[in-house]
Amino acid sequence: MRRIISVLMENEPGALSRVVGLFSQRGYNIDTLTVAPTDDQTLSRLTLTTHGNDQVIEQITKHLHKLIDVVKVVDLTEGPHIERELMLLKVKASGPQRAEIKRCVDIFRGQIIDVSANAYTVQIVGNSDKLDAFIQAVAGAEILEVVRSGVSGLARGEKALRL
Amino acid sequence: MELLSGGEIVIRALKDAGVKYIWGYPGGAALHIYDALFQQTDVQHILVRHEQAAVHAADGHSRSTGEVGAVLVTSGPGATNAITGIATAYMDSIPLVVISGQVPREKIGEDAFQETDMVGISRPIVKHSFLVKDATEIAGVIAKAFYIAGSGRPGPVVVDIPKDVTDPNHRVPYEYPEKVKIRSYQPTSKGHSGQIKRAIKTLLGAKRPIIYSGGGVILGEASSQLTELARLINAPVTNTLMGLGAFPGSDPQFVGMLGMHGTFEANTAMHHADVILAVGARFDDRVTNTTGKFCPSATIIHIDVDPTSIAKTIKADIPIVGACDVVLGEMVDQLQDSGKRLDDEAMADWWKQINEWRDRHGIYTQSRYEASGGNIIKPQDVIKSLYRATGGDAFVTSDVGQHQMFAAQYYLFDQPRRWINSGGLGTMGFGLPAAMGVQLAHPDAMVACVTGEGSIQMCIQELSTCTQYGLPIKIINLNNQALGMVRQWQDMQYSSRYSSSLYEDSLPDFIKLAEAYGHVGIKVTRFDELDQKMEECFSLKDRVVFMDIYVDRSEHVYPMLVAPNGSMRDMWLSKTERT
Repeated sequence: MRRIISVLMENEPGALSRVVGLFSQRGYNIDTLTVAPTDDQTLSRLTLTTHGNDQVIEQITKHLHKLIDVVKVVDLTEGPHIERELMLLKVKASGPQRAEIKRCVDIFRGQIIDVSANAYTVQIVGNSDKLDAFIQAVAGAEILEVVRSGVSGLARGEKALRL
Repeated sequence: MELLSGGEIVIRALKDAGVKYIWGYPGGAALHIYDALFQQTDVQHILVRHEQAAVHAADGHSRSTGEVGAVLVTSGPGATNAITGIATAYMDSIPLVVISGQVPREKIGEDAFQETDMVGISRPIVKHSFLVKDATEIAGVIAKAFYIAGSGRPGPVVVDIPKDVTDPNHRVPYEYPEKVKIRSYQPTSKGHSGQIKRAIKTLLGAKRPIIYSGGGVILGEASSQLTELARLINAPVTNTLMGLGAFPGSDPQFVGMLGMHGTFEANTAMHHADVILAVGARFDDRVTNTTGKFCPSATIIHIDVDPTSIAKTIKADIPIVGACDVVLGEMVDQLQDSGKRLDDEAMADWWKQINEWRDRHGIYTQSRYEASGGNIIKPQDVIKSLYRATGGDAFVTSDVGQHQMFAAQYYLFDQPRRWINSGGLGTMGFGLPAAMGVQLAHPDAMVACVTGEGSIQMCIQELSTCTQYGLPIKIINLNNQALGMVRQWQDMQYSSRYSSSLYEDSLPDFIKLAEAYGHVGIKVTRFDELDQKMEECFSLKDRVVFMDIYVDRSEHVYPMLVAPNGSMRDMWLSKTERT
């Protein structure tokens, strides 16, 4: 089952490599990964998506807790949560396809953020399924490149992952 | 505040962390630190002959004392040579602080001479690591390193220090922190009270309970609480390879080691138990055999300080995260307060059954191997002879292989921290350097290194260190002229095709070798001279003695769990009998 795990950790050199190393060392999967400092510059927040059965996920969260640099860990998928991913996609757009792609972007509530004679650069924000769906929707056109930010997420309501 | 150079701070901080001995080997990137060492007497440095041995020696010191071991090596090859030692300590949760020199800060990343990314290379085998960026950080980092290494589930910590940070011409104020606080690291000590209550209720309802205790009980200084609890509930106790000595080996309640080469009665009792109290043990694959067939009717209570050890391979019905001494102490108190006992009749039946197993195939009720005689010396008899010669009171280190299993089976440890071996990583070459660490920490104690002619040659250069520092270790070499455990597997699984497990007459004359280092060598080839020569060995109190004992090379270690697809009750009992 797919899980979103949020990790609050010391903003120290080497902290990220310990998290990533843990996953490769123990044979766990990382599907997406995103990390940046928080409002408190001494802390970084890392969000990763992974999959595995309950026993594997339990071991992952316990091992993450065990890393000395890790302050807190939460499995967002255990409760109501919001998730977002950002995608930038460059697609060949010329002739009648220009209008078709524009329509598609509007339907997905995306934005065209760069235009050239033969290409659009599109920005889409949403959950990962929506991003996948957009790629499917424009599959008729020639996609030049895709970059995705990986999933970020927060628990719904007043719950917060902080010190 | 006192002004000190980075190199001086390293040594002063070690002293303030309580270090008396540091094991190591100098080299370019560590020379400022070595110069600071030279100018003081509080911390004594012991020069080994290979960095791997430095780590094993500090490890042996730690295992025998409970203190955090300390190591100092240089960058590059010094650091990489230490890796096997660090991995050994990591697998067995041994607290060490390993300080490695590093190339100067501005050279890091340039593939400088003797540069290696020590923090990167060691990352999967350390509890934590630090790269020190400034002289002002050294004292704080060393204090944190000792705190992290020794608390919670212990483990090795690497502190990598670039050479220019230890520059003797750059002085900064020195202050060793009185207390270490790390916001992201707070090891659990007290167990959950509701879980402890459930555990007691489950134990009191048991009809066939067994206590399965591991290295965590020794590391957590919980032997007395474990023994008290075992007495209260009158349950049989089995120890893992790492847990031997946590419960007295000569006690009638002790059913022997469990697992791959555990006793018939311990493995069979585990299989049939209805309640297993696992303490400081990690359900290692060498214990459980096929996990799907593990102890089918047991309710499992699992106490461990490390939550990741719980439900890793075997699901725990009642997990308790906490320090073994605290949780077991709490359980003893609650049991005593309740005044309740286990069902006497059920327990009498259970002990009757266990004693019947002991009589049937136990290795302590009678000898299960052919008798020694003439020039046939059975390796088991060497361990028994060692036990008699030392009155069961020696520190015994071992290497890895058949001799290790024979020592674990036949030397009955009545106290914790007496049996010192590489259980998790299985590091050949561990025994001799570990014995050096034990002997230095316990100058008046008998220290025996049980080894084989294969393992001893992996760190044999340390015979020279023993000479330099006067460490009178007794080396008990079970010489079967073959890599015995490899050979055993080749007999059992590869139709006796001895692929690279024989030396073809290339073994050295160990007696001459020992003498070349200034030690005593004693060769034993006949069974009737074994006891007398063993006595002679231990009568030479101030000398290193190398006992080269020619044992029966055809002997196998039994019992042995049947694999693959066996459960804990499926064992080979000899070359021809199985359960």
